[in-house]
Amino acid sequence: MSRDLAEIFRGEAGRCTATLIRILGDIDLAEDAVAEAFAIAAEQWPTKGVPPNPGGWITTTARNRAIDRLRRESTRTDRHLAALRLEGDGMPPERGPDRDLELDALDDFVDVVADDQLRLMFLCCHPALAADAQVALTLRLLGGLDTPEIARAFLVPEPTLAQRIVRAKRKLRDNHAPYRVPPAAELPDRLHAVLAAIYLIYTEGHTATTGDSLTRVDLSREAIRLARVLTELMPDEPEAVGLLALTLLSEARRPARTGPDGAMIRLADQDRTRWDRMLVAEGHTLVRACLRRDQPGPFQIQAAIAAVHADAATAAATDWTQIVALYDQLHAMRPHAVTALNRAVAIGEMQGATAGLDALDSLDVTPLEDYQPYHATRADLLARAGRRGQAVAAYDRAIELTANLTERHFLERQRKAAADLT
Amino acid sequence: MPQYLLSVWFDEPYDDEIDLSAPETQRQMARTDELNAEMERAGAWVFAAGLRLASSATVVRASGSGDISMTDGPYAETKEQMGGLWIIEAADLDAALDWAAKATVACGQPIEVRPTHVP
Repeated sequence: MSRDLAEIFRGEAGRCTATLIRILGDIDLAEDAVAEAFAIAAEQWPTKGVPPNPGGWITTTARNRAIDRLRRESTRTDRHLAALRLEGDGMPPERGPDRDLELDALDDFVDVVADDQLRLMFLCCHPALAADAQVALTLRLLGGLDTPEIARAFLVPEPTLAQRIVRAKRKLRDNHAPYRVPPAAELPDRLHAVLAAIYLIYTEGHTATTGDSLTRVDLSREAIRLARVLTELMPDEPEAVGLLALTLLSEARRPARTGPDGAMIRLADQDRTRWDRMLVAEGHTLVRACLRRDQPGPFQIQAAIAAVHADAATAAATDWTQIVALYDQLHAMRPHAVTALNRAVAIGEMQGATAGLDALDSLDVTPLEDYQPYHATRADLLARAGRRGQAVAAYDRAIELTANLTERHFLERQRKAAADLT
Repeated sequence: MPQYLLSVWFDEPYDDEIDLSAPETQRQMARTDELNAEMERAGAWVFAAGLRLASSATVVRASGSGDISMTDGPYAETKEQMGGLWIIEAADLDAALDWAAKATVACGQPIEVRPTHVP
């Protein structure tokens, strides 16, 4: 695939697949049809030129190919027309006595509906699917990543990932999962699942949980693209805007997060002039829009925290009081051990390492015991409080828990610094 | 319309005599009756039953040669046992999950939702 085509594919695959699923009522059939249409494009476009509306071209070509195939394979037609009996708005009609008539009726449904991508997001992130299946399906169907790419990104063996996707698709089909945007009553919970999946994709790209490279830019970019699509489709959902702002403000720090040797640099030590000002500006604009709307939610608050960091020209200039207040608000809204941990870090910055340790020690740390950042944070506070023996022990535990090489090297340097001062 | 099995699961051995006169059990039974009525009104109800103790079960099995053998007790030797079930008709998974949400509230136990092959 040429570079241009690859870019079009990445941009259009999700939209085309989403529409084809609505037209055909079957995920696999839709994927095959879109893949076939892109294969035809790869053959024709280099000589004939890229059509003015590549997405529309792909969708129409995929639709025509799928219908041709359905007409050719009558046994499959029966099976797939059975699958077309789907509920929900914008769906093909009930199965009629005349198959050709019914196939012609599919023409009426080829129009690209903006909601299609939204339906697909809600389908991929259906709460009946496990989080890892939601993420894999989202990347596959909406991101147009193929199975080897997703497997590489998550460092999962390819057969494992392939099976995960096959199972998820089969579960949705066997269970007659509806292809629609959930009704208002269910929307907040269902939307949260979509936001959480996109954020999981982002964080996996931001700090790879395993492997030797700190970031996997592709996943982060894809997550930001998905968050952007979501805000375009649901402009009235402040949490979607909050998620986009949060990912943009985190992404802005990427150039400063690693040194020239690839070593990890933590927030406090980053050269803030290397932060991406364009991303910061866009994130700030979105956070301000959220504040004006005044319907706070967890992603908006986390974005606001990132915005406070971005506001500070130096780490010392950080408004920790405001950050602690935001963590309090976040924790009141959605109590979480990691939020409490981050709050303790902010207390440590605001009132000193001993106060931070007190805040940490007042927590129920059971859910954090295998959480590497907890031990790294504790180690750092202990070292700063002069309790170096304990700091070294806490670093040992953090090193034990990290599978990321860059992070490990960082922790080993920190451990050595704490040990040398003993 | 698709059909789903909603099975009611008990984490503790479903084996001790259940005290049917206990107030909480009485409440659960009353709520379950109400839910059955609601399902019938909505046209979702196909079948429902509460099951007797797991220890009352017998497993019957045909060997390759056609002999029939029987063993005492439930098939799954786990502490989790099915204690009741519904068969419902629902338009789609989300509708089935909504009924399951009502079912778990009514009977106070986790509910497994599983689709049947389309009849």
